[in-house]
Amino acid sequence: MDLPFDVVDLPAPDPPAEGEVAPDFERPLVGTEYWEDAALSELTAEGPVALVFYTMDGAFPATYIWNEIRDRGWGQEVAPEVTVVGLSISSPYEHKDLIAEREMDYRLFSDPANGVAESYGIVHDLDGMAGVAEPRPAVFVLDEERVVQYAWAASEWPEFPDYDAVEATLEAL
Amino acid sequence: MSESAITLYRLQACPFCERVVRALDEHGLEYRSRYIEPMHSERTVVKRLTGKRTVPAIVDESTGVTMSESGNIVEYLDRTYGDGGEGS
Repeated sequence: MDLPFDVVDLPAPDPPAEGEVAPDFERPLVGTEYWEDAALSELTAEGPVALVFYTMDGAFPATYIWNEIRDRGWGQEVAPEVTVVGLSISSPYEHKDLIAEREMDYRLFSDPANGVAESYGIVHDLDGMAGVAEPRPAVFVLDEERVVQYAWAASEWPEFPDYDAVEATLEAL
Repeated sequence: MSESAITLYRLQACPFCERVVRALDEHGLEYRSRYIEPMHSERTVVKRLTGKRTVPAIVDESTGVTMSESGNIVEYLDRTYGDGGEGS
């Protein structure tokens, strides 16, 4: 974004780097009709995965990010062999609403206690929301062994993924 | 997404669903939970499976049985997996 003032810098993240194995986790995975516990490793066992961490579902970056991914058709027209999944601290009920409102064909992990962001080194303590932390926006592209092919985590608040760079990685898989 | 043969469609805090969970546990059965939303209009998946919009509903792939209503399900589990049952 081009703003006439300095945006807030976030402390340096410590995410898994390219070539490292991304931490596995199991959380409720929400689709259009139901949710059930699923492990990241179950998804990667079936093919590459793009794991998108984003803000809680009501915040505007959630809308922007999922509109962009939906319009670009990741995992559908673009790189159909890739499973694109999201993760935020929102509850499964909120995820169902977001999926319906965005008319998006992507499933979302629910992690209210933010443990996955902790294991990925991308925790963002929200100023002015006491006791609430969420993942900072981040994107990890993983191969079938959960090895990181592409990693990005926000260093400013807010900051959005470099969609073209992610898409180039997806198309090169 | 476990490999369990039995899938339980349930609502959070639904006592009829918990009754079925208790019966599954009593018989030591593995099952996967799929949660749906309370609004009847959002219960498409169980309507498609059972013809009704009520939960709990189970799908047991090892017997090919799909059914709803907790009393029926508990009776089915007892009959199939209880002492002397065909699946025990």
